[in-house]
Formats: sequence, structure tokens, C-alpha cells
Amino acid sequence: MILRALDTRSAIFLGVLFILAVAVPFLNQAMTPGSAAHLPSFAVSLLGKYLCYALLAVALDLVWGYCGILSLGHGAFFALGGYAMGMHLMREIGDRGVYANPLLPDFMVFLNWKELPWFWHGFDMFWFAMIMVFLAPGALAFLFGWFAFRSRVTGVYLSIITQALTYALMLAFFRNEMGFGGNNGLTDFKDVLGFDLQSDATRCGLFVATVAALAFGFVLCRIITTSKAGKVLVAVRDAESRTRFLGYRVEGFKLFVFVVSAMLAGLAGALYTPQVGIINPSEFSPANSIEIVIWVALGGRGSLVGAAIGAVLVSLAKTLLTGWFPELWLFALGGLFVLATLFLPRGVLGAVEGIKLRRSRPAREPAPQPAE
Amino acid sequence: MSELRTTEALLYLDGLEKSFDGFKAINGLSFSMKAGELRAVIGPNGAGKTTMMDMITGKTRPDKGDALWDGRIDLTTQDEADTARLGIGRKFQKPTVFETHTVEDNLLMALKDERSVLATLFSRTSDAQRERIGELLALVRLEDRRGDLAANLSHGQKQWLEIGMLLAQDPQLLLVDEPAAGMTDEETMRTAELLKGIAGKHAVVVVEHDMAFVKALGCRVTVLHQGTVIAEGSIDHVSANERVIEVYLGR
Ligand SMILES: Nc1ncnc2c1ncn2[C@@H]1O[C@H](COP(=O)(O)OP(=O)(O)OP(=O)(O)O)[C@@H](O)[C@H]1O
Ligand SMILES: [Mg+2]
Repeated sequence: MILRALDTRSAIFLGVLFILAVAVPFLNQAMTPGSAAHLPSFAVSLLGKYLCYALLAVALDLVWGYCGILSLGHGAFFALGGYAMGMHLMREIGDRGVYANPLLPDFMVFLNWKELPWFWHGFDMFWFAMIMVFLAPGALAFLFGWFAFRSRVTGVYLSIITQALTYALMLAFFRNEMGFGGNNGLTDFKDVLGFDLQSDATRCGLFVATVAALAFGFVLCRIITTSKAGKVLVAVRDAESRTRFLGYRVEGFKLFVFVVSAMLAGLAGALYTPQVGIINPSEFSPANSIEIVIWVALGGRGSLVGAAIGAVLVSLAKTLLTGWFPELWLFALGGLFVLATLFLPRGVLGAVEGIKLRRSRPAREPAPQPAE
Repeated sequence: MSELRTTEALLYLDGLEKSFDGFKAINGLSFSMKAGELRAVIGPNGAGKTTMMDMITGKTRPDKGDALWDGRIDLTTQDEADTARLGIGRKFQKPTVFETHTVEDNLLMALKDERSVLATLFSRTSDAQRERIGELLALVRLEDRRGDLAANLSHGQKQWLEIGMLLAQDPQLLLVDEPAAGMTDEETMRTAELLKGIAGKHAVVVVEHDMAFVKALGCRVTVLHQGTVIAEGSIDHVSANERVIEVYLGR
């Protein structure tokens, strides 16, 4: 099963991840600061953030690229995972907060709350938080998918509902009464598992954990998509009704990948929060979810490696461009998307492949690619 | 679902009605078939032939009437996947195969096997399955296209592949909607032979406009018009029927 899942491209991808996991901490820790080879700590966290996005893109590609479910609300699952981790980090602060309350996070003291809300209990334990990182997005995806897929909501309608879902959550999380820190979100974290979040070593550790999570998510998605279930997913994407007439319960397959994908998105969010140092309701904003779709479309829908590359490339471009011309980013993103739709229907990776194919077989027209 | 068998027929439709926005596409349709029987259904465009298949397979719910499977199961409460699992296979009027999958994978997915998410997740293709796929490929003459994408097949080949997928399911009843469309005369006759060959073991309903094809099947013929049966019997019997000549044959 694992062997079937690992073709050459996957092996190269995992190899690159491995090199990153070794090289990035090495360049940060072993090189003297200030030397040309030294990788500053902010860059380590920045790279870690990109890889969180890559995992998020892989998760979206599983449902959109392989099963045709265009979710415009995947940011919500990411944010829920991020909040679950954020809640744990808040509890870890303990009495080191500004108000030095041993139980209540600062924002609750500020709001004059006397007791810890029930849903904050248990988050002082790391293992509990880790379960919630998967459970919260997974349960939401299950509930949502259960109703949506059974009533056969598909296409644009489904996309609109997912967008509404993340928008509703954003409004909810903005409210102070919800108990998630309102529009400030959760921040001022001190440490994780006893390691100081500001230290270089912890940053490197989080980076390595992110690489491992991405590799795990990638291999899991590869196993799913290269199995017979994966063939059924592609069948659902291309001819949903035909798949039903073969006796497959399409809603079951959709629900399965949707929940798996939401959990992976949650994991990405959980790694994002400590590396960025904050999680707030803007992570739920509809625009964020649309951006994920653009990463996948640009990288190459239906190719997990492509999705990951798309996320990293676009995020890198965003970091650079927002540094130079902040106002231009949205236009650039929109422009990229239009160009990709027109000229790279199968994404960056698809285009590279197309060139290779034309070189090797100049006489024949390029054949349509099989679904991975 | 009642325990008592009320009919000997494998498929029993009685008094079916279905309106689309006030237009009665199916109007008091009654139809029954025994296990293993081969039956041709003919009728002018819009007669309701495809809609009849939609109702049998749970795609369309009738407004009124009964549809019984094997004398026990109420087909009007089943959805598409249910009817497929009961043993009703279907080939569509417009050939629908999975274009981004290879010919082999199309057959593999159709092959009778566990259909649940978990089972497919951990399923491995067995030698017996590979062998069966080989047999089916030979039967529908696509042996040398095994690894090709279904998208690259000709229209006639897609029809054949879909017939192969139907056989792979090993259903008790095959509903075959216009299989000969887009085929050469020679391919058409071979299709007729193939369907005749599988009847007996499976019940087969064939919808077709090509009268030469229907003659070649040499089976009982049901004529549909405006959502109801206007004649039934041997091909010679129905061809002599005045109503049939008026609405269909004599156009
Ligand atoms: N989903 C639908 N909505 C509205 N009208 C429909 C629908 N399905 C079928 N009809 C109408 O019902 C009538 C019967 O259609 P049906 O497709 O069953 O005919 P048919 O006998 O298969 O014809 P053909 O030989 O052209 O395939 C037609 O007038 C068609 O327009
Ligand atoms: Mg029809």
C-alpha cells in the first residue's frame, strides 16, 4: 500500500522535505549569526509557516482535486486547529500573564470573567489539545458533510455554503462573549511543552515538526488517492451519477475525504499558531479560504506535490510583494489566478510536465494525463 | 417491503405515473419481466423509455404506481446505489465511462466487489479479478486498449466499454439504453449477438431505435408511446399493429 503510493515524484518530494528538515536547523544553529550562510530565526518560522500552508493546500487538493468538492471554507478547519493549539498555549502561560491569574487567560481577566468557560477545560493538557486539533475540525466537517452530501448539494451551491460557514464562524469568533479572545484572538504565548517559543532551538523544533506533519499528510493523501477508493473519488469527480449507478455510496466517499481533509487542515493550523505567535478571527475570513484554492489551482489541481508547491510559491510572492507594495497584492493574486486559469489549466507542475512530454514525443499530441 | 411474494416476475411495474412540470411523461405504465428474459423496448422519441429506466433504478421517483423487484422489494424507496447493489445494472443512452481512468480501471471499479469506503481503501486487485478483466476485455474487443485512458476511445468503443462494465457488475437485470448508437452495422450485429448470449443468465431490457437490431435480438418487444404500453409481443406481431405503425414505424 505504501509502496504503491510512493512514485518517483513523491519520493523526490519527500527527499526535499528531509533535506529541509536537516538543512534549515543546521543553517540556523550551527552557522555564526551574521555570516552569509546563517539562516535568521525569523526565516525559520517563515519557512515553517509556508509549510503549514503547503499542508493546508494538500488537504484541499484531496477534496477538490480528487473528489471535485470545491470547498471555499477550508480556512475554517485550519483556524479551528489553530485555535485549539492557541488555547493550549494560553493555558500554558499560567500565572505569568500580565494579570498573573493562574487559571484565567489575560483577556478573560480583562473582561472581568470569574470562571474559566467549560470549553476551556482540559486544554491545559497537551494531549487533550492535540485531540481537539483533529476533533474540532473533523466534527464540524462531519456534521456539515453529513447534511450537505446526503441532500446532494454539489457544485457552486456547495462552495457557497462552505464560504458562508467560514464567514459565520468569523463573525462568531469576533465576539468577546464567545470566549476566544474576540478580535485580538489568542496571543502572547510563552512556551510549548516547556520550551521557550522565542528561542531559536524551539523554532527549529517547530519547523521540523511541521516538515514531519507535511510528510505525514502527504503520504496519507497519497495512500488514499492511489487506492481503489482513490479511483472512486476521481470517478465521483468526473461522473458522480455514473458512480452511484455502479453501487457506490457517493456521499460516504465524500464524507470520508472531507473529514480527513479537515483534520489535516486542523493539524496545519495547530502548527501555524505557535510559529506565527497569534491566532485571530481573520483566519476565518472568506478571502483566506479563496487564497487556498488559488494555491492549489496555480500549483496544479489533482497533484498533491503541485498543491504544496503552489502554496509555497504564492505565499513567498505574497511576503515579497506585501513588503514592497502592500496595496498591490490582491491585484497580483487575482491576476495570477486569471493567468493560470487561461494558460496553465493544470498548474505549474502540469505545465512543466507538458513541456517534458512535448520534448520526448514531439510527433504525438500530448495525451490527457491520467488522474493520479 | 413485504415478506410475501406477490408476483413471480423479477421486475414488476404497475400503473406507474410521472409528471414533469405538469407534463405526463409516464402515464399508467405496466411492465413485467421474468428472470433471464430478453426484452426489447421501442417507441418514438419522448415515449418515456429512458424515464422508465430512471424509475427502475431509483433516479426518478414515480408519482404513483408500484415497482417491485423480485416480488419483494419496493423499488420506489431505493436510491441509485441501492438498486445497483440489488443487482440492476445500467448502460446510459449517452455513453458514460470514467474518462480520466484507464479502460482497465473502469472495469475494475465496475467489478462485483465490496463497495464500502473501508473496503475500497484497503482493497488489492486479485489475480482472479485481473483474469476476469482480461475476459471482459476480450469479450468487448478492447484487449489492446487495456492501459489507455477511456477518454481516448472512439464513441463505439466507449459503448463497448460501458457494456463491459455492465457485465463486470454481474447484475441480475441489465438495462441497456440505445447500445448501438454510433456503431457500425457490423458492431451493431455483434452487440445484438452479445446481448442474446448473456440473456438467460441475466435478464436484459434493451431500448433501441434500430429495427434491424431489434429483429436480430429475436425477442419479445414492448412498444411505448406517451408513457404507456401500446403493444407487446413478437416483432412480427407488433409490426402488424396499426397503432404502432401509426405512431412509430410508419413515420
Ligand atoms: N428530468 C426531466 N425533466 C423534465 N422533463 C423530462 C425529464 N426527463 C424526461 N422528461 C421528458 O419526459 C419525456 C420522456 O422522456 P424520455 O427521455 O424518457 O424519452 P425516451 O423514450 O427515452 O426518448 P428517446 O428515444 O429520445 O431517448 C420527454 O418528453 C422528456 O422531455
Ligand atoms: Mg431515451
